[in-house]
Amino acid sequence: MKNQLLLKNAGTMLVRVLFAVVAAFPIVFMLVSSLKPDQQIFGDMSSLAAFLPVGNISFDNYGAVFDRVPAARFLLNSVGVSAVTVILGIFVNSLCAFALSRMQVRGKKIVFTAILATLIVPFQTLALPLVWWVNQLPYFELNGFSLEFSKGWLDTYQVQIIPFIANAFSIYLFHQYFESIPKELDEAARIDGAGWFKIYRQVVMPLAGPATATVAILTFLPAWNSYLWPLMVVQSEELRPVMIGIQYFFQLNVSWGEVMAYASLITVPVVVLFIAFQRSFVNSIASSGVKG
Amino acid sequence: MATAHLPTRPRVPAAAEAAIPPSNIRGNARRRPGFRRDQLTGWGMIAPAAVLLLAFIFIPAILGFGLAFTNARLISPRPVEFVGVDNFARLFTDPTFYRALLNVAYFTVVIVPVQSGLALVMALLINKKFRGVNFFRTVYFLPVVTSMVVVSLLWLFMYRKDGLVNEILSAVSFGLIDGPDWLGDPNTAMPAIIILSIWQAAGFHMIIWLAGLQGISGELYEAAQLDGTSRWQQFRYVTWPGLFHTRSLVLVTITIQALGLFDQISVMTQGGPMDSTTTIIYEAVQSGYRQQETSYASAISLVFFVLVLIVSAVQRYLTREKD
Amino acid sequence: MNKKLTKVLATSIAAVALTSTLAACGKGSASSNEGSGEIALWTHNAGNPDELAAVQKIVDSYNGSQDKVKIKVQAFPQDSYNDSVVSAAAAGNLPCIVDIDGPNVPNWAWAGYLAPLELDTDLSKHLPSTVAEWDGQPYAVGYYDVALAMMARASDLEAAGVRVATMEQPWTKEEFQDALTKLKALGKWEHPLDLGTAGTGEWLPYAYSPFLQSFGGDLVNRDGFQSAEGALNGDEAVEWANWFRDLADQGFMARKSGKDSTQDFLNNKSAIVYTGSWAADKAQAALGDDLVVMPPVDLGEGPKIGGASWQWGVTSGCSNTEAAMDYLSYSLKPENIAAVAKATGAIPASEEAAAQTPSFAEGGANRIFMDFSREYAVMRPETPAYPFIATEYGKAVQDILNGADPKSTLDSAVKAIDANIKSNGGYKN
Repeated sequence: MKNQLLLKNAGTMLVRVLFAVVAAFPIVFMLVSSLKPDQQIFGDMSSLAAFLPVGNISFDNYGAVFDRVPAARFLLNSVGVSAVTVILGIFVNSLCAFALSRMQVRGKKIVFTAILATLIVPFQTLALPLVWWVNQLPYFELNGFSLEFSKGWLDTYQVQIIPFIANAFSIYLFHQYFESIPKELDEAARIDGAGWFKIYRQVVMPLAGPATATVAILTFLPAWNSYLWPLMVVQSEELRPVMIGIQYFFQLNVSWGEVMAYASLITVPVVVLFIAFQRSFVNSIASSGVKG
Repeated sequence: MATAHLPTRPRVPAAAEAAIPPSNIRGNARRRPGFRRDQLTGWGMIAPAAVLLLAFIFIPAILGFGLAFTNARLISPRPVEFVGVDNFARLFTDPTFYRALLNVAYFTVVIVPVQSGLALVMALLINKKFRGVNFFRTVYFLPVVTSMVVVSLLWLFMYRKDGLVNEILSAVSFGLIDGPDWLGDPNTAMPAIIILSIWQAAGFHMIIWLAGLQGISGELYEAAQLDGTSRWQQFRYVTWPGLFHTRSLVLVTITIQALGLFDQISVMTQGGPMDSTTTIIYEAVQSGYRQQETSYASAISLVFFVLVLIVSAVQRYLTREKD
Repeated sequence: MNKKLTKVLATSIAAVALTSTLAACGKGSASSNEGSGEIALWTHNAGNPDELAAVQKIVDSYNGSQDKVKIKVQAFPQDSYNDSVVSAAAAGNLPCIVDIDGPNVPNWAWAGYLAPLELDTDLSKHLPSTVAEWDGQPYAVGYYDVALAMMARASDLEAAGVRVATMEQPWTKEEFQDALTKLKALGKWEHPLDLGTAGTGEWLPYAYSPFLQSFGGDLVNRDGFQSAEGALNGDEAVEWANWFRDLADQGFMARKSGKDSTQDFLNNKSAIVYTGSWAADKAQAALGDDLVVMPPVDLGEGPKIGGASWQWGVTSGCSNTEAAMDYLSYSLKPENIAAVAKATGAIPASEEAAAQTPSFAEGGANRIFMDFSREYAVMRPETPAYPFIATEYGKAVQDILNGADPKSTLDSAVKAIDANIKSNGGYKN
C-alpha cells in the first residue's frame, strides 16, 4: 500500500517535471541566447545547442542594451504604471464585485450583464476611437494653489493607467470567488452592526486572498506587456514603458543577442512578482485541509 | 478593531450555502429600514468601475461602431459620409471573411476543451503542498510572461522543415515521420498555431483554476479521505462540483480569447499561408491600420461583437445552473 | 488579516496620490510648445544611437547658429514609427517636422498632413529616389537611400562554376536558373537562395516589386494611378509570379526563409542572399574579400531595385513653417548629409556629400550601392493609394508563393486595388 502510494507520487512528480520542461524551454533559450553573439544564436538554432550556454559566452549583450535603450527609465515607468493599475484595479473591481455579489442592489443583473459584455470588445478594435476620445478628455493639474485645466490626455502617465483600472474580467473573477464565500458571514456581521463597507473590508476581502492574487497577477501582465496603446498615445521617450523598448532593437540589422538580453531583463520583474503573489494561493481559506 | 468574533477561517462547506435558502434574506431586504441607504451604498460601490468602463469601453466602442456606417478613413482629406450598410454588404460578400470565420471556429472548438483541460491538470498537479511547489508553479507560469517577440522567434525556428519539432518527431518515430513545414503548409499552419497558443496561455488559466481550487473547503477533502475515497472519486465528487463558478469563468474567458485570436497570427503567419490562419480580428486590424479603411474595420468589429455575444449567450444557456 | 487590508487600503490611497503626482509631472514634452519658439521634430531612429547622434548633432549646430527657434528631437523606434505617427495624426497632435518612409509621402500629402517643401536647397542635385513628390511638388527629402543587392561568396560561385554578375553584365533569367541549379547540385545548402521570404509588411513590395518591374509589369498603371488592371495582372505579371513561385517549387529557396536572412547567409545556410546595403559592412567584416556584391537579376527590362528610404517633411499644421523649412535647408548641407551617411552606412543623397564620405566616394568599398541606386532604382508608385496597394501586393506575393493560382490571385488584388482607388474618388485633390 505504502509502496503503491510512493510509486503514484513518483509518477505524479514525473508528469510535473515533464510539464515543467515543456513550459521552461523558451525562457532557457532566451537566457542562453542573451549570452551569445548574434551569428552564433542563429548558428545554434537548429540543434540542442540553442538551449545550452556553449560557445562564445559573455555578458556583452547586456552592456550594449543600456547603450541603446534607456532601460532603467523604461523599467521604472512600467513598474509605476503597472503597480498603480494593479492596486487601483484590485480596489475598484473588488468593490464593484462585492456589491454585485453580496448586496441587493436594484438593477444589478443588468449592470453585471453590461459589464460582462465589455469582455467581448477586443482592445485592438477599440484603440483608434479611444485615442481620439482620450485626446478630448479634460485634464487638470495642481499648479501651486490653482487648478489648471487643459484638454487631452495624450503623452501622459494617466493615459496609460486610468483606462485600464476597471476590468470586467477582474470583476467577474472577484464575483465568482465571492459567491463561494458563505453569505451567512455577512448576516452575522450585520447583526453586529457592521456596515457594508466594513463587511467588504473586514469579512469578505480577507477571505479573498487567492482571488486578489489572481487579479493582481492578471492585471499586472497586460499592464506590463502593454505595447499597442503606449505606441499610439505616448510620444515622449521619458514616459515609455518597457515593451516599446523591444522595438529599439529592430533596426535594419537586428541585434538578436541584445533583444534576448533586454527580454530577459524585463521578464525578471514579472517572475519576481509572480513568486511573491503566488504565496497567497497557500494562505487561503481552504488550503489547510489540502495538505499532504 | 471589533472583529475578534468574526471567523477568520470559516470552515463552512460550500455546500452548506444551499442549506440556508438565501431567499429569506432577500425577502426581508425591501422592508428593511436601511433599504434606501443600502441601495446608495451599493451603487456607490459599483460606480467607480461602472463609470470607468463606460468612459473607456462603452463610449469608444459606440464611437467605433458608429463609424461602421460611414466611409471614414484613417487619414483622408475627404469628408466623412454616412453610407448606410455598404461596409456590411462588402463584408458579407468577402470570401476572406468567411474563411476567417471558419478558422476562428476551428481554433475555438479545439482550444476551449483542450486548453482548459490541460490548465486544470496543471493546476491539480501543483495545488497540493509538496517540496518544490513554488518552483513548479513559477515554471508553469513562465510561458505566460515570456515576451511574444522571443516566443515567436523561437517557435518560427522550431516549426521549420528542418526545425526542432520535426527532429524530435523523427527521433521519436525512428525516422518514420517526416514532418511538414508547419507554418508553410495550409493544412498544418492552424494546428501549429493551436499548439503554440495552448503552450502559451495554459498557465494563465491554470492560475484561475488554482484560485478556484483554493476556494474549496479543505474539510470536504478531509471528510472524503475519512470515507476512504479514491483520488478520482475525490475529484469527481468534491473538486469538480466545487469548481462550478470557476468553470464558467474559465469557459467564458477562453472562448472569448479564442474568438479574438490575433497576437500569434500577427507575429507568426500574418494570416497565411493562403488565408489558412487569418482571423476576424486580424482582418479588422489589417484593414483598419494597414489599409487605412477604418470604417470597414469598424464593421468587422461590430459583426465580431455580435457573434461573440451570441456564442456567449448560447454558452451561458447551456451551462446554466440547473435547478 | 485586518491589518493586511488596512495596508491595502492605505496603499490604494497612496496609489491615487501617486497617480496625481505622476500626472502632474508626467505630461510629456514631445508635443512642442510652439509659443516659446520651440519646434518639435520626430524621427524614426530610437535604438539606432549612431544615426540619432548624427541627427542630434545637426539639430544642435542649427540651434547654435541662430536664436529665434529651438528644434527639439523626439525619437521613436522605426518598426512601429508609422503607427505612432498615424495615431498622433488621427488625434490631431503632430509636431512640425516629421520623418516619413518615402513611399508613404504621397498618402500623407494627399491627406493634408504635409506642406509642400520650400527650401533653399537645389533638390535636382539629389539622388532622385531621395526626393518624394506628389502632384508635381516636393513634399519630403531624405539624407540617404538604401539599395538592394545579391550577396554571395566568391568561393562558392567558383566551386559551382558560376560567373560573378556585374553591373556591365548582370545575370539574365536563364543564367540565374543555371547558377541556382549548379549551386544546389553542390549539396551544401538545403536552399541555395534566400530572398528573405519570411519578411513581412513593407519588405514584400520593397523587395519583390522590382522583380515584377524587371519583367515589365508594375504595381499599378503609373499614368494617372487610377487602375492596376494590366500592370499587376497582365502577361508580364503572371510570368513574374510563375517565375517567383518556381524558385520555391524547384527547391532553390524556402517558402518561408529564416527570420534573419543575413545571419543565415553568414552561417552558410544559403549561397546567395538578397538583402540591402545595410548588411554590407557586417558581411564584409565576416567574409572579407570572399564577399561579392552583385546587382539583382535582369529579368527582361534590366535589373531593378526599390528606391526611397526615410525622408523629412514639414507638417501643414505647423505654426512656424518658415523656421521648419529653414532648418531643413540647413540640415541638407553636404557635410551634414555626409555625417549621417557615415553614421548609418547608407547611401548619401548627393554626389557632393558622397565625395565627403570615404566609402561612397569614387572607388570606395560601398560605392557600388550608390551606382545601383542611380541606375536601377524605381520609385514605388507615387500615389496616395500606395499603402493599400502595398498590402494587397504583399498578400498576393505570399499567397502565390504558397501555391495560389497566379492569375486569379493577381486578378483579385487588382480588383481590390481598383475598388479602393474608386472609393477614394481616385485619390484626386
